[in-house]
Amino acid sequence: MTAIDTVPAEVPTGQARGRGGGGPAPTRVVVAYGFWIFILSDMIMFAALFAAYAVLSGNTAGGPSGRELFNLRSVFIETMCLLLSSYTCGLGALSAERRQPARFFLFAALTFVLGGAFLLIECTEFAGMVARGAGPERSAFLSSFFTLVGTHGVHVTGGLLWLAYMVAQTMSKGLRASVLRRLLCWSLFWHALDIVWVGVLTLVYLMGVT
Amino acid sequence: MDRPERIYDDRTPGVEEHESTANILSYTVGLGLAIVATIASFVVSQTGLLWAPGIPVGLIVLAIAQIGVHLVFFLHLGSGADSTNNILALAFGVLVVFLVIGGSIWIITNINANSPMSMPMN
Repeated sequence: MTAIDTVPAEVPTGQARGRGGGGPAPTRVVVAYGFWIFILSDMIMFAALFAAYAVLSGNTAGGPSGRELFNLRSVFIETMCLLLSSYTCGLGALSAERRQPARFFLFAALTFVLGGAFLLIECTEFAGMVARGAGPERSAFLSSFFTLVGTHGVHVTGGLLWLAYMVAQTMSKGLRASVLRRLLCWSLFWHALDIVWVGVLTLVYLMGVT
Repeated sequence: MDRPERIYDDRTPGVEEHESTANILSYTVGLGLAIVATIASFVVSQTGLLWAPGIPVGLIVLAIAQIGVHLVFFLHLGSGADSTNNILALAFGVLVVFLVIGGSIWIITNINANSPMSMPMN
């Protein structure tokens, strides 16, 4: 803990000292930084979808508006599922760091169940809207709604598949450094999806109903 | 000159390098704050707690606060010099996001208002 506050007698060669001095950073830092850049570019893609929704949300073409379609109770449950899954994801990543595979599998299973519950509620909601004749082809508002919320749902599906894959890798390879790096990227991805959902919840659901 | 010059190590998002026991606490605090912000958003949108025209502003403020909570407690983005690279990348991302969303709304609203062919918005 005190290591970074004091100057060692001789700085070991090949070890990163921040800002590029002293050689390349550890692989873990480089990998996570690259993945962080990917996440930010994903956010910019979501920003384009948010912009389309914000511009088109009033154009209901005589069809149903958000106030008639959205069920805030199920949206609240969805939000809590995602928040709790972010929490269990964090605890799972922590257990993996500490080389506790049993705890990691437990938290991974909890994350998977919570993420799956979110997807189930969302699919039920979508199916109900389509059954009411409020599918994506009904109006510009609904097209942009299904594109934005659906893209987030596809990301959650991808995150769940990735999680299952990581569990399989941990089983076959153990929690070695390369697996831990992939797990770190996965947890970054999952936390980032939660951040996108905060935007969806506020801009689409809460503002759409108010 | 008692203190030696501090040496900065590169940091990576998503990882708190030191004090692994504080990590569970950090996640729990983050979860608590996020749940409080979420419930506050629902309360603000569903009750007359806020002056009606101020509700969208209140919701946006709560959303930004919650995103901050997620960044600090879940993604462990610190303000220290160690995570300069991560913060700079985030700052650029935020800039582009605001340009895309704000610019689209601004331009399209203008076109809607000025276009003689535009249908009246329902």
